[in-house]
Amino acid sequence: MSLAEIWFGLFIVIVAGYLILDGFDLGVGILHLVVARTDEDRRTMLASIGPVWDGNAVWLVLTGGVLFAVFPLVYAALFSGFYMAFMLVLVCLIFRAIAIEFRSKEPGSRWRTGWDLAFAGASTGLALLLGTAFGNIVQGVPLDSAGNIEMSFVDLLNPFALLFGVTTVVMFALHGSLYLLLKTEGVLHERIRALVPRIIVLFVALIALVAGVLFLDDRQIIHKFTHDIWPLVFPIAAMVALYGVWRMVRDGRDGDGRDLRAFVSSALMIGLLLIAGGIGLYPTLLISTTDAAYSLTTANAASDNNTLVVCLIVALIGMPFVLLYTSGAYYIFRGKAHVESGGY
Amino acid sequence: MDPELLSRIQFAFTISFHFIFPPISMGLGLMLVAMGIVYIRTKDPKWRQMSFFWVKIYGIVFAMGVATGVVQEFEFGMNWADYSRFVGNVFGSLLAAEGVFAFFLEGGFLGLMLFGGNRLGPRLWLFSIFMVTFGAHFSALWILMANSWMQTPEGYTIAQDPAPARAVMTSFWDVVFTPSFIPRLLHVWDAAWTTGSAFMLSVSAWYLLKKRNVDLAKANLKLALPFFILFGVANLFMFGPNMAIEVTSQQPLKLASMEGLWQSTSCAPMFLLGWVDVATQTTSGFSIPCLLSFLAYQDVNATVAGINSFAPAATPPINLLFQVYHVMINLAPILAGIGVLGGIWYVWKRRIFQSRFVLWLLVLSVFMGEMAITAGWWTAEIGRQPWIVYNVLHTADGVSPLLSGLDVALSLGLFIGLYALLFLLFLFLLNRKIQAGPEPLEAVETVAVSSLPDTFREVFRKRPHGAGPPPPTEPDGTPLPQVDTAAAVDQPPADLDQAPADLNDDMDGEGRS
Repeated sequence: MSLAEIWFGLFIVIVAGYLILDGFDLGVGILHLVVARTDEDRRTMLASIGPVWDGNAVWLVLTGGVLFAVFPLVYAALFSGFYMAFMLVLVCLIFRAIAIEFRSKEPGSRWRTGWDLAFAGASTGLALLLGTAFGNIVQGVPLDSAGNIEMSFVDLLNPFALLFGVTTVVMFALHGSLYLLLKTEGVLHERIRALVPRIIVLFVALIALVAGVLFLDDRQIIHKFTHDIWPLVFPIAAMVALYGVWRMVRDGRDGDGRDLRAFVSSALMIGLLLIAGGIGLYPTLLISTTDAAYSLTTANAASDNNTLVVCLIVALIGMPFVLLYTSGAYYIFRGKAHVESGGY
Repeated sequence: MDPELLSRIQFAFTISFHFIFPPISMGLGLMLVAMGIVYIRTKDPKWRQMSFFWVKIYGIVFAMGVATGVVQEFEFGMNWADYSRFVGNVFGSLLAAEGVFAFFLEGGFLGLMLFGGNRLGPRLWLFSIFMVTFGAHFSALWILMANSWMQTPEGYTIAQDPAPARAVMTSFWDVVFTPSFIPRLLHVWDAAWTTGSAFMLSVSAWYLLKKRNVDLAKANLKLALPFFILFGVANLFMFGPNMAIEVTSQQPLKLASMEGLWQSTSCAPMFLLGWVDVATQTTSGFSIPCLLSFLAYQDVNATVAGINSFAPAATPPINLLFQVYHVMINLAPILAGIGVLGGIWYVWKRRIFQSRFVLWLLVLSVFMGEMAITAGWWTAEIGRQPWIVYNVLHTADGVSPLLSGLDVALSLGLFIGLYALLFLLFLFLLNRKIQAGPEPLEAVETVAVSSLPDTFREVFRKRPHGAGPPPPTEPDGTPLPQVDTAAAVDQPPADLDQAPADLNDDMDGEGRS
């Protein structure tokens, strides 16, 4: 196994880390206007992600940095090819960060409502854009011989890719709602608990639609699963995890530990779905629809071995620390979220 | 519309806006660490009160820095795809390392810093503040390392096969310790400390001018002033001149262009103010004789190479470079001078507290610091032109090949509008917090300091449960009685009335004091 192939795997792990961690705080944003009715509710929602959202968002920065370092040709093609989409991602990221930090710093109701809209809109928009971008990656892009993508923003918004976008929004909403079950209590908690089964039903319908479209169109990503049996373990395990979420939430009561198991199951499900996607794409990172020879793969898009080794050493030294203080922060802020003076 | 020019303007705009905030994150962070140490040593509650106030300000500044920081990482790929393909091996790995080592540190401890006052004892809160500040410095270290490689690239070879051509790392340590890295790092850190301490002085001086929070402001001014003097003087006499030596040896054409020195000259002068006429190759203005030779070679008679001794095609925009460089270089002695003046006025019978003139100078010092930093960065980056990697890759060859001018014009317009809006909101909020001033300790402290866990062992043994009174039940212990959802919507949750202090603050919250 080459270093580039190891990095393909690690990259999938990093993306999974991002989706699992930032996924729940994006989900909280998606649900912000749906479940939180009073100012108190909204502050509780924000307080639940307040101490951790910034650390979660760093995983996206890390994803970009690692792609730049390890697969620079993919990074260059993707970011320049999806120019307007990434511009909108940036607008969402900026608005979201500012909305979370600024919202409760002024008492005015117009100030707060404005930032509530910005927070919910930016969270939903971000999930939609990232999902749509992933849909286009699965579908393949018009890569030319120089490794550039010629694609307008409107081309990106094709129905196939948008289906991935909407599915991502619902997946994050589910993940975020399970996180909120851990962090809220009382009326807000019960309102969210009543909503979870509906989100699950919607998500199952969308996943079935995605799978159906992939098989009917006979996409490249599906070939691994039709030629071999073992890769099917991952999507099946993901669906088992989803069933676990359903069971835990249905039988759960606030504080009996089942909510935590539901959240962990949902995190597992996201990770497994991403691994399934990674297996489907491997060893290709970016499929060219112009000519298969132009596709960017672990063989032709990776950095040289020196860089890959340096990055591996950086990861080996750095990641234990990352896990240490991330888990430390989650531990200290464990338990139900409370609204504080001067806080969120 | 030329996508290259627009991309350059956009990058310059977004990074200049971003870099308003990191110097405060570093410099104010350092001041907060100093404040925390003083509190632990003296146990004087006024330092704790000030810490609560400054941490709130820090949160606003930090949020702006985080929000505008990710933009650059995206822009390398969006606007500079060919640059990214060329440098990914080298530059990309430094960015990735910045993420792993620095951003997670900041992200992990930021929550503890902003909300640690009511959750952690003074020592652990100080530890969190230190870690966030350390993370901010560490982030600057990696990004300066990457930028220094663009200025003075080493430790690489250029591989042509397979296409596209790219810089391949031959020695990681040579990439890390390029000749310009350490001098630039010290220069930028010190500039950030100067500006951060100036920020604290500025707010304190303003309170004294307005006769508000007088005792706190005096203590604060007394704390920050020695740091400001030290940092300002250090950049003027050490780290700044050190940069002159570095640029002279590594980028002599840049040095000549910064001073508008056309012919190689012995005893070369240094301008205070001036104008470069590129057409006639003349530079006119007020100058100090021989100073440039002295700064470059520590010898007043040394010969400094002029612009004409280099290939004519590779010169940066000389007059623009000259002007921004002189903004920075003139602000350096002004900032150090304000510090020294303030110091003398303080030592001399505490006159500083009555001198409106000196207090006003201190109010303005933070703006001067920010201006000097921006001008300094412009000097570094404009001076590198027309290269994106000095003497290796032209800026024009780095731009994304299929980028349309219209797209960049659109995104640039979007950034300008967005950042203008953000900046107004930022100033509004910052102004509100500063006007409101430090709240009394009773208003911000929800738990007695003595009850907070102050060692790692205590944190992981006790159940710290956030601000406010201890919760009525263990959060994962006895389950709450099941609430009927439909009925519960109209009723307040059962435990609302048990924590009234938590609920009342938000409507009148900050505006009260």
